[in-house]
Amino acid sequence: MVQYARTRFDASFAALSDATRRGVLEQLGRADASITDLADKFDMTLTGMKKHVGILEQAGLVTTAKVGRVRTCRLGLRRLDEEAAWIERYRQLWDARFDELDKVVEELKRKEKVDGRKKRE
Amino acid sequence: MDARRESEPTPMKNRTTVERKSERELVVTRTFNGPARIVFEAWTRPELFKQWWVPKSMGMVLRSCEMDVRVGGTYRLEFEPDAMAFFGTYLEVTPHSRLVWTNDEGGEGGPVTTVTFEEKRGKTLLVMHELYSSKEALDAAGTGAADAMVETFAQLDELLLTLGASVGRS
Repeated sequence: MVQYARTRFDASFAALSDATRRGVLEQLGRADASITDLADKFDMTLTGMKKHVGILEQAGLVTTAKVGRVRTCRLGLRRLDEEAAWIERYRQLWDARFDELDKVVEELKRKEKVDGRKKRE
Repeated sequence: MDARRESEPTPMKNRTTVERKSERELVVTRTFNGPARIVFEAWTRPELFKQWWVPKSMGMVLRSCEMDVRVGGTYRLEFEPDAMAFFGTYLEVTPHSRLVWTNDEGGEGGPVTTVTFEEKRGKTLLVMHELYSSKEALDAAGTGAADAMVETFAQLDELLLTLGASVGRS
């Protein structure tokens, strides 16, 4: 199970490391599109776009379905959500810690002001 | 940016960001409304560190916290109720600007944490950088931490129920 999760994470992060592929995800977030549409939009050959979509598909970020002669792409967001979720949980933990640290900093600043006055006398 | 400088009557809550910088790196940033020497102190004096490292929302209590903050010195944090411990060694200690330590609770090859404190106009930008030995290690930490947090939140729910009636002021 753990191994399976890791492999998925790897594939997803590799897929997201490319600007064109992130652009494709953004585009698909607005509307489904065929590979031809995407190739046009990103000014790319059909073969080049197929490669990008293939990588996104492997990572589970995009699903494709062939209807007649057209292959339509749409977001397969589930796995992206999982990754975003752990990073967000981690962020929340640190955010909670840092809210407490804010209080410690305020307290120390106040003490320093008082002590500073005393010490300088 | 300059317009924000001293114009806030009450300090604004600063944003915490987390970014996976690469396959092996996680970076957390946050600004604090105080000078670097104060923020640094809060990271290096156990009695201060204890006040913020385990926020109430974690549903855990820091039982002990020992820190020998110098190069080669060690730290050890122990939690209640399950006696979980975090420990490691300080690799770099530069007062008020930089701390580097190892995280050894998972055995050899644990992540290395670097915290930098950068002061600007009386505020401190804190950048915490965690470097894992491999992308697999970071992925595993991510899923592990996520699972742990779900558990902790469940614990918190219980705790809130039991504490609800009996919250007193110390």
